[in-house]
Amino acid sequence: MARIAGGDFRYRFAEHRGTLLAAAVFLAMFAIYGANHNAGFSTLVVTTAANKGVLLALVAMAQTLVVLTAGIDLSVGMIFVLANCLASQFVVGDALETGFGILIVLGAGLLCGALNGLIVIYGRLQPIVTTLATGAIFYGLALLLRPVPGGEINYDLADALTGDVFGVPASLLMLLGIVLVIWVPLRRSVTGRAIYAVGSAEAAAYMSGVAINRARFTAYLLSGLLAACGGLMLTFVTYSGEASAMIGGSYTLNAIAAVVIGGVSLYGGAGSAIGAIFGALVLRTIGDLLFVFDFDPLWQPLFQGVILLSAVTLGSLRLLRVRNRLDLFG
Amino acid sequence: MAFDPIFQMEGIAKSYGGVRALEEARLAISTGRIHAVLGENGAGKSTLIKIMSGVVQPDAGTMRLDGQAVRFATPKAANEAGIFCIFQELSLIPDLSVADNIDLADPPRRFGLIDRRTQRRLAEEALAKAGAEDIHPLAQVRDLPLSRRQMVEIAKALARRPRILILDEATSALTAGDVARVFAVLKRLRAEGLALLYISHRMHEIEELADDCSVFRNGRHVASYAAGSKSGNEVVELMIGREYSHVFPPKPPLPQEGPVLEVQGLGWEDRLTDISFAARPGEILGLGGLDGQGQRELLLALFGVLRGVAGVVRINGHPVSIGGPRAAKSAPLPMALIPEDRKTEGLMLPMSVADNLTMPALDNLSQFGVIDRRREAAAIREMMDLLAIKAADPAIPVGALSGGNQQKVVIAKWLMLGPRIILLNDPTRGIDVGTKQEIYQLLRRLADAGSTILFYSTDYDELIGCCDRVLVMYDGMIVRELAGDEITEHALVSSAFSLPGKAEVAHG
Repeated sequence: MARIAGGDFRYRFAEHRGTLLAAAVFLAMFAIYGANHNAGFSTLVVTTAANKGVLLALVAMAQTLVVLTAGIDLSVGMIFVLANCLASQFVVGDALETGFGILIVLGAGLLCGALNGLIVIYGRLQPIVTTLATGAIFYGLALLLRPVPGGEINYDLADALTGDVFGVPASLLMLLGIVLVIWVPLRRSVTGRAIYAVGSAEAAAYMSGVAINRARFTAYLLSGLLAACGGLMLTFVTYSGEASAMIGGSYTLNAIAAVVIGGVSLYGGAGSAIGAIFGALVLRTIGDLLFVFDFDPLWQPLFQGVILLSAVTLGSLRLLRVRNRLDLFG
Repeated sequence: MAFDPIFQMEGIAKSYGGVRALEEARLAISTGRIHAVLGENGAGKSTLIKIMSGVVQPDAGTMRLDGQAVRFATPKAANEAGIFCIFQELSLIPDLSVADNIDLADPPRRFGLIDRRTQRRLAEEALAKAGAEDIHPLAQVRDLPLSRRQMVEIAKALARRPRILILDEATSALTAGDVARVFAVLKRLRAEGLALLYISHRMHEIEELADDCSVFRNGRHVASYAAGSKSGNEVVELMIGREYSHVFPPKPPLPQEGPVLEVQGLGWEDRLTDISFAARPGEILGLGGLDGQGQRELLLALFGVLRGVAGVVRINGHPVSIGGPRAAKSAPLPMALIPEDRKTEGLMLPMSVADNLTMPALDNLSQFGVIDRRREAAAIREMMDLLAIKAADPAIPVGALSGGNQQKVVIAKWLMLGPRIILLNDPTRGIDVGTKQEIYQLLRRLADAGSTILFYSTDYDELIGCCDRVLVMYDGMIVRELAGDEITEHALVSSAFSLPGKAEVAHG
């Protein structure tokens, strides 16, 4: 068995290569950041970085689920903004009211995801167009709800979730909880595997008797939920709601970038939400690094672009092995 | 048959858009037997098994399992009834591991989650059952070579405890060692009481394995017999005998000029081996054999689409190295490839007839990168007249035309370049008889004008009616060359199945 166990390690490593690479890049960047920060790895520094990173990480997880089915979700940023506006309205008052408010926000996320899923599955429309349209609808709803920025939030809860627990950022613990409650079980469920199968080879999945529609629907549903979690978290960070098209758009695009940096294949079927989380943290750390090295923040988009391009290039090395040029277009 | 059939089909009919694939088809298979299905291209074999395994629905007819009438709306329904098919096109998910693939639809679960340890054990068992213990259950299918994937496919079917197992050309991608192991497995399964349906073009495999045989022709069942009761020659006679429905232009005597296209020792991966031939101007050279024996790859290799092709190609005596379709267009003699799948490789469906027609020839119709509209219009008019393309207006999208007219557009767009070497990949598949005849006449006219034509067709009538010579391919090699009167249906079928024909010995 020793030989086989050694073999196992090789295959397991290959499976998680993208995730591990993103994690390594992040750790290296964050180490440089911490080492050069005036305050070092203080709780405050880490917590502030975590709060920013977790927001994008949640939206990137949402994007991952849809990308795994070989789709793309342009509405995640708008669901994020809509959830932010809803939270600034409902997540207030005593514990019971706050609890209900959270349910409303998460329920809205699920509804948005379900709508995307139903249109894509039964309307047979391309995900990119569907979510472009529904994203505009979600943003419109957010704007109706909160024409001008404002609102409030349960401040006790907000402070608890953006603070730290014995030196560990609470937002990171929440992210860990969401990963354990949503991603890990999904990854190991039949539906989760079906999501990978659909994204990798839909016809083969159908021929093998896989429940294709259920897989797609679950992916969009959970995508909506995760984006709403992100929107909720945003409200805890900003104490208010704002229907900002700029925030929605930038989160959507950065989530796609994070997914790619995290080793998730845009062709679908390969990658992990954990990788996307590290991808999001890498993106966020770029800004922090520029800050400690006294670069003008104007450099940030340029560096993000370079990192993204490197990630995509790594992913396409495989094309060098293609022997039939027609396969390049498949 | 002496055995009670477990599964029966009666009066099955199926048409695809007016083309009859099956008519009054029947089949009966029994437990503990291996039943071989034989037939040439287009005999209806694949449609038959697609119906059995729930991939397509029959238009008419009944199916009985254990005497009960059944219908399978989806592959899943057929699987639940115990019918599993190992398809030629693999049903594996490339991005998942071998173990994930083996129990893809119904993995072992604990507390609702996939139990990876049990899954691993089941996968190892299934691989062992298929005689493929060398495959690591955690390996990604994407990284496995084709023959290993095929073994995974077999293990996947076995893991689901089938009652009826269908193998559709399941050995075509396997190495000789694998074939021997698979045969041992199949014989064991037969002894365990499975009913096996075996489709193969390799006659010696059928001789070794089959208990019963059924022959299909033109979508009809023509005979069932106990294996070994008929000679190879008799089997070929059963498979041929198609109705002649085409009219072909007469073949003029061949001009005796030197060859234009010479191929020597061409090879690619393990799909093409040592291909050598020469073609003269004015000649229509056919490519025959069963579908998928490397004909398509040969045409793609000549057109420069494949990477890493070995061997030498000479055009007009000069060795050439063609790096892609763009280079092929301007090779010493311009070359054109009429692709097999006109919807993806041949046409841009939403674009207009005119745009599609002039796409390859735009370089010739433009000056300093600006398209000369008047010359373009004239060229379009000329082509539409030449091929009698029936389109209300050149500006309508090509997707709105009938299949036959679409195919004419594909051919016309390459003719605009005035190609001297024309490669055709099964150009008449799925189009009506009238258009087919126009295409035959066009091919002959082009040849008479001095073009060299390499013509792959799955329809033997076309090879007989159109070609001056036919190269029959089998397993990536040219197994036989037929010329003139030698091109008969009997010779084509027997060499396609790699059988020695009547007093003829394969050479080449």
